[in-house]
Amino acid sequence: MSGVLVIAEQRRGELRPVSLELIGAAQSVRREGESVTVALLAPSPLALIDSLKVSGVDEIIAVKVDAAEFDPETFEAAVGSLIAERDPDLVLVAHSVDSFGYAAALAAKRGLGFATDVFKIERIEDELVATRGGYGQKVNVEVDFPGRGTVLLAIRGNVFKPPEERASPKVTEVTASAVSSRASGREFIELPGGDDVDMTAAEFILTVGRGIGEEANVAQFKELADAVGATLGCSRPIADAGWLPKSRQVGQSGKTASACKLYVAMGVSGAIQHLAGMKHVATIVAVNSDAEASIFGVAKYGIVGDIFEIAAELRKHF
Amino acid sequence: MKILVAVKQVAALDEDFTIRADGRDVDADFLIRDLNEWDDFSLEEAVKIKEASSEPVEVLAVCVAPDEADEALRKCLAKGADRAVRVWDDALEGSDPIAIARVLAAVARSEQPSLVFAGVQSSDQAFASTGIATAAFLEWPHAAVVTLLTYTPGAANAVFRRELEGGLLHEVEIQCPAVLTIQLGINTPRYASLRSIKQAAAKPIEVKSLGDLGLSGDDVGETGSHSRVRRMYVPDKGRAQLIEGDAAAKAKRLAEIIREFKGESA
Repeated sequence: MSGVLVIAEQRRGELRPVSLELIGAAQSVRREGESVTVALLAPSPLALIDSLKVSGVDEIIAVKVDAAEFDPETFEAAVGSLIAERDPDLVLVAHSVDSFGYAAALAAKRGLGFATDVFKIERIEDELVATRGGYGQKVNVEVDFPGRGTVLLAIRGNVFKPPEERASPKVTEVTASAVSSRASGREFIELPGGDDVDMTAAEFILTVGRGIGEEANVAQFKELADAVGATLGCSRPIADAGWLPKSRQVGQSGKTASACKLYVAMGVSGAIQHLAGMKHVATIVAVNSDAEASIFGVAKYGIVGDIFEIAAELRKHF
Repeated sequence: MKILVAVKQVAALDEDFTIRADGRDVDADFLIRDLNEWDDFSLEEAVKIKEASSEPVEVLAVCVAPDEADEALRKCLAKGADRAVRVWDDALEGSDPIAIARVLAAVARSEQPSLVFAGVQSSDQAFASTGIATAAFLEWPHAAVVTLLTYTPGAANAVFRRELEGGLLHEVEIQCPAVLTIQLGINTPRYASLRSIKQAAAKPIEVKSLGDLGLSGDDVGETGSHSRVRRMYVPDKGRAQLIEGDAAAKAKRLAEIIREFKGESA
């Protein structure tokens, strides 16, 4: 067995950008002479493979599946067959909601070495070692996979660099065996907006997190955001509690704040999904009373202090 | 009809902690334990289904952990679980999420629930794997990151929405029995009343061994795991440049950063 098998990801007829990051990860860890094979599972995969034709990819497998969109049992069976057929020593998937739905099942059933949310892969004395976070990202955890011939890793997004150079890898077409799945997808629903704010277009976002303590304190931060010219956002717990509409939630499951260039996070400790959704922002300023808060790990500037005090002082400047 | 809720007692780190002598975990003296945040939501979802049901529903909380996790199970009992089961054997030490899932599946096999809930992930190790691996051993249909669930006890199917990235939801219908991993925000978990906390303290916690479930030591621990912790270490601190001074000085610098961004001079 040898080689790296990358499972690219698509949704609603569009390739997800993390697919290219997985190829970057594969290139960084492949041994000399080993091939990198990229598989894309879709009802019409050939239409989506063009952007996967990048340097370092030896072969693209266009896998036609009988599911309009992601389905755990269909994908598990199709990826399982690819692994059985190609016998790779490493399989890479994205640490994404779709992978959450089938990767662990695949590893459990096929006896694969397995780790998720991996942000570093290396070989130490020829043993594969993956690094992930532990205890709320306060420590790094190196894991290995003794006795496992094939290892499946779910890779954290925004870590590995996508290759840029175009290439012309071989393309193989495959039709996955039919699976009678016990689940059926119905429809996609866009997160309903609670007010007319468009977080995707906001360039300057000021976000409040659990640190604001209670609902009554939201108003003063809304006023502050208006005064400094920022769009007010919030972390997940604030939206879940109903203190601000879901449309204002930023982070991985909220609206993608793709235009954001300045992000001031007040009282946001930085759950992993929040950080993953915001780390693309050029300038992050974190204000938090806890000097150990994870958000200081991705922020450019950090202010350790009471958010109410800082907010009151900041207000005086605008 | 029964709903099995898999729960975990997670650990947060004390402010000053040290790594264990073998370098593979944090010294247990520095761990602050609590019920996993996600599990609070999955338990609530099960209790909500029970309360809305015309037929009897039993909510069973299951934890694979040593006796220190009884506290988390008592919390579940206080919040509406009818029974609590804890599985432990020293051979479980060093188990990864897949080995834990093998145990949970064995419990589910003997309890025959119509639904198994697990949190999307745990707040400490965040593997996001245990629930779905449990489904694999049961060979049941499964789905991850459920944020809205419609299910009537006794129904052949459940309908749910899974929460995707970027503010998108996907509605799916699934055959029961099924395993669903439950996302934060699906409901508003209740607080336990003093009375229910007292009552929970008197309820039994059923303790099971691997043998009770037809498993052996080789099914779990390092042999039954699909990964092994090699080393744990404190990473170099993040690169945030700390703004120093009193609150006024810090806010002044923040105001400058904002003005620089807006292209205004201070």
